[in-house]
Amino acid sequence: MSSHAEEPTRRDFLTIAGSAFAAVGGAMALWPFIAQMNPDASTQALASVEVDLTPVKEGQAITVMWRGKPVFIRNRTPEEIQKAVATPVNDLPDPEPDNARVKKGHENWLVLVGICTHLGCIPKGQSLNDVKGDYDGWFCPCHGSHYDTSGRIRKGPAPRNLEVPTYEFVSDTKIRIG
Amino acid sequence: MTTHQSTYEPKSSAEKWLDERLPIMRMMHAQFVDYPTPRNLNYLWTFGGILTVVLGLQILTGVVLAMHYIPSATEAFDSVERIRRDVNYGWLIRNLHAVGASMFFLAVYVHLFRGLYYGSYKAPREVLWIIGVIIYLVMMATAFLGYTLPWGQMSFWGATVITNFFSAIPLVGESIVQWLWGGYAVSGVTLNRFYSLHYLLPFVLAGLVVLHIWALHVAGQNNPTGIEPQTKSETVPMSPYAVAKDFVGMAVFAILFAWFVFFVPDYLGHADNYNQANPLVTPPHIVPEWYFLPFYAILRAIPSKLGGVVAMFGAIAILAFIPWLDTSRVRSTKYRPLYRWFFWLFVFTCLALGYLGSKPAEGTYVTWARVFTFYYFAHFLIVMPIIGVIETPSKMPRSISEAVLGKKGNGVSAVSPASATAAAEKR
Repeated sequence: MSSHAEEPTRRDFLTIAGSAFAAVGGAMALWPFIAQMNPDASTQALASVEVDLTPVKEGQAITVMWRGKPVFIRNRTPEEIQKAVATPVNDLPDPEPDNARVKKGHENWLVLVGICTHLGCIPKGQSLNDVKGDYDGWFCPCHGSHYDTSGRIRKGPAPRNLEVPTYEFVSDTKIRIG
Repeated sequence: MTTHQSTYEPKSSAEKWLDERLPIMRMMHAQFVDYPTPRNLNYLWTFGGILTVVLGLQILTGVVLAMHYIPSATEAFDSVERIRRDVNYGWLIRNLHAVGASMFFLAVYVHLFRGLYYGSYKAPREVLWIIGVIIYLVMMATAFLGYTLPWGQMSFWGATVITNFFSAIPLVGESIVQWLWGGYAVSGVTLNRFYSLHYLLPFVLAGLVVLHIWALHVAGQNNPTGIEPQTKSETVPMSPYAVAKDFVGMAVFAILFAWFVFFVPDYLGHADNYNQANPLVTPPHIVPEWYFLPFYAILRAIPSKLGGVVAMFGAIAILAFIPWLDTSRVRSTKYRPLYRWFFWLFVFTCLALGYLGSKPAEGTYVTWARVFTFYYFAHFLIVMPIIGVIETPSKMPRSISEAVLGKKGNGVSAVSPASATAAAEKR
């Protein structure tokens, strides 16, 4: 042992360098055990679906599955569109104009991931006799979030609007989600 | 207590042979046979033993259920039904396991409130208390994971709601949730990993229980007076005294347990969980199991997603800080006339939050949930520190002997001076 305690020795250096090396190595060895829990290749492969919109009449809605999640597709009535457009954007908890949530030229089609942004329940409002909430859109029964006819959060604990998935119109009556 | 010497004497040559190589019998004898326990422990102190037995029973029934259960999204639901209907005694073992979870929490709540009332968290038992809080947290995780396994509607949507708590974390929340799910929603992949972890955690619990008992046997047990034993006469050997009392407590507890198992096995569950999981339909009213309801009420009382989740986890985390939040010099609430009122108010608050958690989150239910959530935190952050300082404790006995024998009127003065000297010698 060195008599000068405050003077770093070769052994101190080796201890620190060795521990640091072991720590980095340990963290790297741990990574596969953490990463294995992420979505696997087969899950990621189910990335896109095509949906034919012809059977959906005005005022109706359908639900399709995409990546294990329900996607709401609603053919909105002119009144519903009018209501969504007329809402002052600044009053909203998550301000977003209606035209940013639909495709130009297809304003009647609203496509949303049907998962409440609060804690992941499926909001009600898809079938005709469902409770649609105070804003005629969707209502989440779990913790009472109300969404409007543009799928925007209006009232309740949910922090964000219903998510609009990436999608495009392949033809006038067909969309591809994902 | 730490200085306690075992009176173990190996009787046979085989015992002597083992004792020289691994003195495990000596250790067990010292810790569980002639271990000194305060002579005035009441029946609330039997719940530690009850909890150990319930954990053992959960592991036993769980291992048996794992022999028949299939952790797959398509087969899990049916395999649980097969256990209930076709497997020999499957109905009994499955009911014991499902009711056992509720009984585990019932016993842990009695145990926890007993610790709160008699100040069992105060020095030198802080580490003991904190290990207890960790056990409680791991228990909650285990119960949640287990509830997912039958793959009914409540299983599925409970799992969805609870894993979504983590999506409240800014920036990385979404990635964490997908990491937990192994997909973009709760699925069979999620079920498999939950099953694996549900099998693992009880053994973690068992390890934590060993640490909990170790910490308990270093500090010694608290007792209803909150005064440390000062003489040998104030303690009795654990066996047969405390052990016999534990058995009485267990027998009474077992009657309640058996009543649920044999007569109303589904009373504590939800009818919705006998519908198979459907990712497209959320049940109209999602409620967790009864033992999570107070925390669920706190979650919903806060009108912000992140805030609600933080408050809910905070409600559990705050328990770990109680040893330092309580400023009183007196341990037992028996001698705290002012704090006693607040203690019972806190008990009422927890029950009220439990009731509110079972109700839909609307109207006056939310208002009341906010009032009680406020008191839940105020009890620890405001009441405990302040009352400890301003309160004048009632007159305390000088020792356990005085507390026990004082009731009979005589013999107090004869015991006290002796115990006082003994206490002085010990220091």
